[in-house]
Formats: sequence, C-alpha cells, structure tokens
Amino acid sequence: MANTYFDPADLRKFGKIGEFQKEYADKFFEYYNSVFKEGALTAREKSLIALAVSHVAQCPYCIDAYTTDLIEKGVSNEEMMEAVHVASAMSAGTKLVTSVQMMNKAKEISM
Amino acid sequence: MAVKSLAKRKNPLSEPSNQIKLLENKKSELKSFQSSLEEIGLKTLHAVGVEIFQVNVGKMCNQVCKHCHVDAGPDRKEIMTRDTMQLCLKAIEQSNAKTVDLTGGAPEMNPDFRWFVEEIKKLDKHIVVRCNLTIILHNRNYYDLPEFFKKHQIEVVSSLPFYDASRTDAQRGNGVFDKSIKALQMLNGIGYGIEGSGLILNLVYNPSGAFLPAPQEQLERDFKKALKEKFSIEFNSLFNITNLPVSRFLEYLIATQNYETYMQKLIDAFNPAAAVGVMCRNTISVGWDGYLYDCDFNQMLDMKIQNGKVMHLNNFNSEFLDQREIQVGRHCFGCTAGSGSSCGGSVT
Ligand code: SF4
Ligand code: SF4
Repeated sequence: MANTYFDPADLRKFGKIGEFQKEYADKFFEYYNSVFKEGALTAREKSLIALAVSHVAQCPYCIDAYTTDLIEKGVSNEEMMEAVHVASAMSAGTKLVTSVQMMNKAKEISM
Repeated sequence: MAVKSLAKRKNPLSEPSNQIKLLENKKSELKSFQSSLEEIGLKTLHAVGVEIFQVNVGKMCNQVCKHCHVDAGPDRKEIMTRDTMQLCLKAIEQSNAKTVDLTGGAPEMNPDFRWFVEEIKKLDKHIVVRCNLTIILHNRNYYDLPEFFKKHQIEVVSSLPFYDASRTDAQRGNGVFDKSIKALQMLNGIGYGIEGSGLILNLVYNPSGAFLPAPQEQLERDFKKALKEKFSIEFNSLFNITNLPVSRFLEYLIATQNYETYMQKLIDAFNPAAAVGVMCRNTISVGWDGYLYDCDFNQMLDMKIQNGKVMHLNNFNSEFLDQREIQVGRHCFGCTAGSGSSCGGSVT
C-alpha cells in the first residue's frame, strides 16, 4: 500500500484505468484524444485552457502534464502564468458574484 | 550555469567510460535500447550507405552551453589538424557522400576551417556548417563569415532554442540571444534564409530542459511568426533535435534529478518508424583526431567503429562503412522518441 497520495509515478498509469472498466475507459480516451486535436482552436490554445482548468481542479497530475506539454509546445512562462491568473480570477469571480445573493438577502431582511 | 567544460572541471563525466557506465547500468530498471529494437523485429541496426560525411573539426567553442553533448568550450583545445583534414578529403573522395557536414565546437574557430571548406568545394560536395551564430560577432576575424558562407554556397544550420531571450540564454549563456538575433539579421542581410536566394539558413530547435520537442511543423510555424514579427528575421526550415543524455546534458539531468524521468519519457516515446530512420544509417562521423564513429553522440561516448580494429581515416574502408553494424545504447532513445531526431530534424 502506498504511503503517499499523488505519487508522480502514478501519472504514467493513467492509461491503465481500463483494467477495472475497459469500455468506459476506451470511450473516455478516444473522446479525450479527439478533443485535444487541432480544431477551431489550436492544440496550443487547448493546452493553455487545460492548464487553467487543472489549476481550478487543483489536480497535480494535470498541472505536471500540461506544464510539460506547454513547455514542449514552446509556450512561454509568462503565457502559462497568465492562463493560471485567468483561472484564479474566474475562481475568485465566481465566488464574489454570489456575494450579490448575500447582499440581496441582507438587504431583504434588514431595515 | 556551468562556465567551464566538464573536462576543465575534472568532472568524472568528462570520461566517456563513466557516462557509459551510468547509461548502461545493468541494475537500472530502464529498458535497454537493444530490447526495444528486438521488439520491433530488428536485431541490429545497419548502415545503408554513407550520404553524409560529418566532420567534427574540434571541441573549441566560444560558448559553453549547458546541454552541450560535445562538452565544448573555450577551454577545449582539441582541434583537427590540416594533416587530418587531408585524410578526410581522401576519405570523402572514396565515399559516396554527397554532403559534408562540418561541426564542432564552433567549427569556424579551427584555423584551417576556411582552407578545408575550399578543398571540399573542389570535390563538388554540398557543405553544411553548424554555425552557433554568436561566433560571427565574436571578434573581427569572423565578421566576414556570412560572405564566406555565401561565396561557397554553404548551407548554414544554427541553433536557436527559443524565440525569446529567457530560454535561449538559460541554455546557451547570457547575451547569446541578442547576439544570435544580430547574426541572423546579418545572414538575412546578404540573402541567407530569403526565399529565392538559394542561400539556405536552417535553424535548430532543441529543448532548453528535460522535455521533448513539440511537433516540428508547429514549432516552425511559431518560430517563423515570432522571428518575423519581432525581428524581421526569415529562415528556411526548423529542425527539431532532441537532447541526448550525453556529456553536459547528462550532467544536467543528474544534477537536477531529471535523469530517470527523462530517460523514461524517451523510452515511452519510442517510435519504430523513427528507429528505422535514425541518422547513423546514412552518416558517418569523424572525430578531431581522425577516428570514425556512427554519429556525433557515439563520438562523444568514445564508441569507435570497429572493423577488427578501431577504424581511423588511415584505414578508411568505404565498402565496410556502407553496411556496418551500428553500435547502440540507451542514449539512442533520444533519436527514436516521438517523431525522431537527427542533425536534420525529425525523421518521420
Ligand atoms: S552546443 Fe554548440 S555552441 Fe554550445 S557549447 Fe556546444 S558546440 Fe558550442
Ligand atoms: S545516438 Fe542516434 S544516431 Fe547515434 S547511433 Fe544511436 S540512434 Fe544512431
């Protein structure tokens, strides 16, 4: 039994999740690989979005994988950091926007 | 940044045998290159002729790049003599090579470099010079290199790890990016890399760290756009070269604890099509002292070609070389990862 969560070596085992449920895993990987192909968005743009999402999801595997992928794709450190700031700003924004609900309620029940 | 070569620092890795010990460590869980070849039905790799005759004219260089597999630098004094160059010329004549590829160190620092180029030209061969760009601005002895290249219709191949200063300088040294840009502008200025001029200027991209290059076409597109927009620079093609775990790049991998992960990455990315197209199959590489190797990497690992005895220009045998068995090792995974890697970029 592993004595740590999130062992970096586990990332390589991701492809083996089909061992417990093959059909869904195959479908997932096929879908995943199609999504990341060059389309209306470039592969580079998609990877930047993936990096931002990885931070929102706080997934260390995805952060490792997409940072490496983006560096390989020739994306600069500044570009990656800006993508993370977009994720952070959105996270903050989605929290802050619900403060309107708090304000509404406060006003509703206050004199 | 290592400002001195491994040799100067007396680092154990300056000994090729120590590098081989590490790479071929029997206890390592990393797969052997031989077994990967066997899995795709290849027992051995054989040459299919010699089209490219690569000559390493010396280890002297004006730069000390962190990833250098030659362990080159200003402190390296090993350079090819004119006598050895004469032997090269004889061997080039005997071989069926169409292209002579001159590399180093900075090949232009060899005092007989220009003489050698002129002699090769007399044999009517296409010449490639691996020019590190900054040498052109190193001192006034080199300012006219672009004109010299043009005069002899030399194909210039130059490294530029990234189109901004941060990653370029991290790999190649402070200030290298700005100088490289100036040198590229000088080369463009006399027609190099400009469509229709017939003067070929190719750039080499190699990752500045423990990662693999993205597909060559994508990087070429990004490089062309960025260099044109920011610096009005044009070039012909971008060649992707994967860093092989040899000399200073091996040192870097170990020092940063990236060795195992990087090697595993190369192994996972093993591509059978790239294995069939590795550059050693149509290339030979000559060391500064006239010994023969399958490639520049094997040269740095001191894996000399053997034909009963070690092969030197003195006993050059074209027939044997054309079909020799290639000596391989785990470092070869660098040539077979993904789209493959060679001195001319991707191989698939
Ligand atoms: S990589 Fe090239 S330019 Fe850099 S030190 Fe080595 S030989 Fe010189
Ligand atoms: S390092 Fe590459 S070019 Fe050299 S022998 Fe191995 S596969 Fe061939």
